[in-house]
Amino acid sequence: MHPAPSVIVFTVFSGLGFGLLAFLGLGIPNVGPWASFAFFFIAFACAVGGLLASTFHLGHPERAIKAFSQWRSSWLSREGCLAVAALLVMGLYAFLVIFFDTRIGLLGYIGAALSIATIYATSMIYAQLKTVPRWNTALTPVYFLVLSIGGGALLAGQVHLAGLMLALAGAVQVITWMKGDTRFEERGHTLETATGLGFMGKVRLFEGPHTSANYLMKEMVHVVGRKHSQKLRVIALVFMSLVPSIILLALPAGHFLALVAVVSHIAGTIASRWLFFAEAEHAVGLYYDKR
Amino acid sequence: MTTLPTQTQKKLGLVIDLDTCVGCHACVVSCKGWNTENYGAPLSDKDAYGAEPMGTFLNRVHAFEVKPEVGPAQTVHFPKSCLHCEDAPCVTVCPTGASYKRVEDGIVLVNESDCIGCGLCAWSCPYGARELDQVEGVMKKCTLCVDRIYNENLPEIDREPSCVRTCPANARHFGDFADPDSNVSRLTAERGGMDLMAEMGTKPVNKYLPPRPKDEMGEIDILAPLLAPVAADPKGFLGWLDKALEKL
Ligand code: SF4
Ligand code: SF4
Repeated sequence: MHPAPSVIVFTVFSGLGFGLLAFLGLGIPNVGPWASFAFFFIAFACAVGGLLASTFHLGHPERAIKAFSQWRSSWLSREGCLAVAALLVMGLYAFLVIFFDTRIGLLGYIGAALSIATIYATSMIYAQLKTVPRWNTALTPVYFLVLSIGGGALLAGQVHLAGLMLALAGAVQVITWMKGDTRFEERGHTLETATGLGFMGKVRLFEGPHTSANYLMKEMVHVVGRKHSQKLRVIALVFMSLVPSIILLALPAGHFLALVAVVSHIAGTIASRWLFFAEAEHAVGLYYDKR
Repeated sequence: MTTLPTQTQKKLGLVIDLDTCVGCHACVVSCKGWNTENYGAPLSDKDAYGAEPMGTFLNRVHAFEVKPEVGPAQTVHFPKSCLHCEDAPCVTVCPTGASYKRVEDGIVLVNESDCIGCGLCAWSCPYGARELDQVEGVMKKCTLCVDRIYNENLPEIDREPSCVRTCPANARHFGDFADPDSNVSRLTAERGGMDLMAEMGTKPVNKYLPPRPKDEMGEIDILAPLLAPVAADPKGFLGWLDKALEKL
């Protein structure tokens, strides 16, 4: 799949933002109105910024309002509804905390639950697609949730929890890669099943339907990016998980080191998300003799 | 609503005969023509005469080579367009309700004025049957020529999809799969019509007829008696030569 920058930015930053909002909704960290303002600002900037980035890949962003209508069947629609609900509830909660120094616990809990649900819905947009076997697994929501909660804990200054969650995220990441590498074959999609001609013999593409690329090939048969995937996997794992968890668990706490951990985690997560898309093979690639 | 109907009154669709398709791409051209001039946003082309032309098409013809265990390989021309699946994932993923399957005839359509161009429906289709138009920013797909098949302004002979009407090899057939006596249902039954990527569970309505087995060239035996093979056990000079050569 094409690793579009808008979608990478969207999933990474909205994941972090809603992760942080979940902690803030639970009253973590418990600080005064001014410090709270800083935390809420970061959380809303990430979540809203990410959501705005996601509209850049739309053909008609001005009609985005219509995307709230199909929550009964569509995960993308559910994600939109949950995100707006989470932002509204947490917005009210933040307003009361910052300006009136009042915490309404229940409101925060509801906001936290909606934030987590939003992350889950985002992950299900990908996990639901049978056409992309690497994504079509329960590991996809686990990967998104662990990363968001770990990243949220990191931004919320929860040193130990963040260290543990990010180490866990690294483990989940390795499992998704290991399982993901064989998933396409396990599902049994081949050019023989794609054409129905397997009963006659071995099928191979003789001549493509067109000589230059089309939308399908640009969007779904993105093979160029995989050349450096092994190196990128190492980079992603080291920066997303290893460096921050070592800093958080083994080194003395301090503002500078915390900043290093945050920057490292974000850079690593971007690499990981790039791979999430670039390595995902869509079944339609079979018809083009490429995956 | 982008939930799927539990049942449709008709199941309109195509039968594509891989035995007779000659790979001429006439259906591709006629589809592009009809769907650019009629219903919905035109099918755009970008850089049409440049180095990297890229356009929207609702129907494309691949060519595959099939190599059996023994014997020569065979070329199979393979037209591919929306299969109007019964369990269409492209419909349920749509966040806006723009994608829908019609209850009356099972045709899968996009309401272009609701489409936000998110592309998720194209991601969910295993067959590459949906293309996002790069100029209009809306999703395009085969409509089964919904603006022809019910169009009373056209002569009756033209009230079928443009590709079917055009195919010079008669490799494309249009009809109602819900009616067991229809042309398409009978063709499917007689010729073993098959689903593409059945394991995806999309239950395609369109069916593909496999190529018939090739004729075998029988033995030509009019001259055979005159061409009897040379004696396996030669005598005389040849026998001597054979033995002499053997000893070398
Ligand atoms: S072929 Fe693709 S676009 Fe057409 S109904 Fe099936 S899944 Fe949807
Ligand atoms: S591209 Fe249009 S039709 Fe397809 S899922 Fe998005 S809104 Fe629906």
